[in-house]
Formats: sequence, structure tokens, C-alpha cells
Amino acid sequence: MTGPLIALMAKLISGASARWVDCQPNTRQRVYFANHTSHLDSLVIWSALPSYIRVLTRPVAAKDYWGKTRLRRYLAGRFNALLIDRRDIKVHQSPVDMLLREISNTDSLIVFPEGHRSAGEQVGEFKSGLYYLCKKRPDLEAVPVHLDNMNRILPRGEFLPVPLLSSITFGPPLVLEPGEQKVDFLTRARKSLLRLKDV
Amino acid sequence: MVNDPVTWIFVAGVLLLLGVATTVGQFLKGQPESGIKSADVETFNRRVRVWWLLCSLLAAALFLPRSVTVVLFGLLSFWALREFITLTPTRLSDHRTLFWVFVLFTPLQFVLVGMGKYDLYSILIPVYGLLFVTARVAFSGDPKRFLERTAKIQAGLVLCIYCLSLTPALLYLDIYTSKDLRLLNEAQQNPTQFAAPAAWGKNALLLFYFVFMVQMSDAFQYIWSKILGKSIIAPAISSTRTWEGLIGGVGSTALLGAALCWATPFNEWQAGCLSFVIALVGFSGGMAMSAIKRDRGVQDYGTLVVGHGGVLDRIDSLCFASPVFFLLTKTFFTPG
Repeated sequence: MTGPLIALMAKLISGASARWVDCQPNTRQRVYFANHTSHLDSLVIWSALPSYIRVLTRPVAAKDYWGKTRLRRYLAGRFNALLIDRRDIKVHQSPVDMLLREISNTDSLIVFPEGHRSAGEQVGEFKSGLYYLCKKRPDLEAVPVHLDNMNRILPRGEFLPVPLLSSITFGPPLVLEPGEQKVDFLTRARKSLLRLKDV
Repeated sequence: MVNDPVTWIFVAGVLLLLGVATTVGQFLKGQPESGIKSADVETFNRRVRVWWLLCSLLAAALFLPRSVTVVLFGLLSFWALREFITLTPTRLSDHRTLFWVFVLFTPLQFVLVGMGKYDLYSILIPVYGLLFVTARVAFSGDPKRFLERTAKIQAGLVLCIYCLSLTPALLYLDIYTSKDLRLLNEAQQNPTQFAAPAAWGKNALLLFYFVFMVQMSDAFQYIWSKILGKSIIAPAISSTRTWEGLIGGVGSTALLGAALCWATPFNEWQAGCLSFVIALVGFSGGMAMSAIKRDRGVQDYGTLVVGHGGVLDRIDSLCFASPVFFLLTKTFFTPG
């Protein structure tokens, strides 16, 4: 199985329609950050990108899910996932440097700044990883991505998806302003994501 | 089928009508000062596009094996159910019930239709499906609003899968005209004296006729509502459906249906009555689906998850009309 086939399957199962609001698909380096509601999130966002961007984009995915069985590991490899062990994340051992190393000067990232899946529609507070990514690489554009209805397609604790319909909204990119504080940036990013719910 | 002149005339007539509708729509689009609201023109043009899609699907059914038609209707049903369940709030504990509904019952229903197993596909969902949903939701261990949740999933299963699956099931009936049915009866009683007549055989054309009549009844009631509509039936359910539209639409459909009886195994009266029933039931289907939408506070199924087309908006009347048309045809025009 190849990348385009996996992307097609993901689109069929999630019934996802992608919308770009005040934002155009672009090959420049970006951090797509999204609300996290399902294990399929990273795969679905990656699949929604145009194929020429997809090959340059690496979704961050949970190692305890995508690394668990041979099939999942194989799939994760095919969609270029960067598997991260969430239990290992500590203040002095953050994965930010590893992520930046992996994307070098070409690739984009898909991250979930809430750190864990939210139970329902709510979007939790953002962890600081997004801020450090942008601080160490101020040239990265942070693109908010809002996922709607994914939590019903594959809810927490379930392993078989139900093929409902969902939507993915890409919003206007943000950049870290010089001197912007961590809390301010994370609040701004979270608001830009929440705003996409209603457009 | 391919060599049958009646089929060709019918298809040509429908194509001509669609061509005229498209031309009128495009003409009105280019005439902003015509006095017709541009939103209405846009709605009309969108509907015409859906009619083209449906008619090309049915025209393909005339020439392709009938199993292809079953698969196409299966996909249509599947999409309708996705929209229906997406619209309906379910609890997370319903997840596994929904999984079986999508993965087992939906394909199995169409496989049975494709195999022509009437005894099985006529009860798979109304009996086994509904019992399964009730029981499976109970096994999930979440008693909250149990009956409501069960009913939602059952409604989706029946309306989107069962009802729609009976449309392609028409292709598998042995349909006879009333006269041939009588002859067949006599032939069965006296096999030595009478030869059994052949079945009518042009089922794909009947399917085309049926879907065409449902679409026309939608169009007629819309037009009558626009011209004469004053008394709205239920303002809280639908602001466009009026008694005038209902009566005018059902009447026009019955007349058109009777006038087109040469494309069916029915005589004028039978075709007229069946078209009357199709239009009436189709209209009721539209009302019922509107009620569901209003309950959820959405305008169209299509706008629910942004960017999707709204298949259910276009086939709501078909969902209701198809089991009725199928069962009436089966009861009165097939041998016992």
C-alpha cells in the first residue's frame, strides 16, 4: 500500500471535506496545529492536504496507539508519521528539538497542542510545545486546523471507525511576533482555532 | 432493452425535457432583470444538475447489468445514511451499534437485493435490523434516553437503507400486465389449453419511469406552490410546502403518469393511480425529512457538515415513495 492509497482510504472513511479559509495550500514550512479528538486526526489532516504538500508534511502521532501493532506501525510509516511517546514528555526532555531536526529545512509538521484528545467538542488549553517550535524557528507559519465530527468517527477507546462525515477547516496562518509572551501566543493560537468553528 | 423503441422514445423525451430545463435555467441566469429572484434561479439550476445526475444513472441502468444499478443505489444509500447519522446526535456508547449498521446491515441488504432474495431482503432490516439495534444499544450499558437513541438509529436504517434498497429491487420482479397476469392464471390452471405469457421484461424502464415521476412530482409541487401557494401546511416544519402545491403537484403528477403509461406495464388508470400515490407519499416524505431537519435546527442536510452536497435533501421523497411503489407493483402486477 502506498501513500496516495492510504490518503484515499482515510478520506473515504472520514468523509472529510477540506476548506481553506483565508489560507492557501503552500509548500513553505508550516506547523499545522489542530484540535485533537480522535486517533485518526493526524492521518485525516495529512490526507486532506494536496499531494505535493503531503509528501513534505509529517504528522505527529501518539506512539502508544500508532506503534502498537505491526499494521499500525506500517501505516504510520507510510503516512510519514513522527511517533512520539507522550509519557516521555518532560520539561527538560521535550520533543521540540527532535521535531525540528526531523523536518530540517523542507518539511512541515502537524501537531496537536492540547497534548491529549479532548472528550468531546471542547478544545483544551494548549501545551507550550507549539510556542517553543515557533520560538526556535520564527520563520515557521502556524496554521490553525479545526476538525469537526471526528470524535464520532473514532471515539476514545474504540478501535473500529464508523464512516460518518466530517470537515476540516484550515485557517489564516499566524507567526510568533517578536517579544510575544508564551501565554499570549498560545491564547492567540487557541482563539484562532476556535474561531474556525463558526466560519 | 437496447433494441426497444419505447425505451428510446422515453429516454429521448426525458433528455429533451432536461435539455429544455437546462436552457431555461441558463437563460434566466443571464437575465438579471427578468423579475425572478436570482436565488430561485440558482436553486432551479442546482436541481437540474441533480436531475442530470440521476437520469444518467438510470440511463446507465438500461444498458448495464442490473447488479451495477444495485451497487450504485447501495452507494447512494450509504451516503444518505452517513448524512442522516451525522445529523442525528448519538451518544458515544452507540458507536458499536452504528458500526454494525454501517458495516453489516447496509451492504448485506444490497447483496440480498442483488441476489433477488425477496424473502430475506424484505425482512432483514424491519425485523432483524431493528431487533439488533435495540438489543445492541442495551448491551452498551448506557440507559440514558434509551428509546430515543434506539429510534434514531432505527429510523436511519429504515429510511436510508431499507426504503431506498427497494428501488433497485424493482429490477428483479417478474412483472406482468393485468391482462397477461389473467392469462398466466388460466395457463397455470389449464396448462394443456393455454400457453403462459412472457413477463413484461422492461424493468429498468419502469425504474426510470418511477424515479422520473418522483422527481417530477417534486418539481410540480414546487411550481404550483410558487404560482398559487397561499396556505402553508405547517409553517414550523416547512415554509414552502403549501396545500395548493400538494393538490396541484399530486394532480399534475397523476395526469403525467397516466399520459406516460405506454412506458410501463400499466394501463392509463393504473399508471395514473400509482403516480398519484407516488406523489402523495413522496410529498409526505419531504415533510417528514423537513421535520427531522427542523428538530435539529438545520436548513439542509448539506450544510450540516460544511462542504457536503446534501444527498438526503434531494432523495427524501424517493425514500418514502420507493417501498410503496415497489410493494404495490409486487402485489398487483406479479404472480402471487
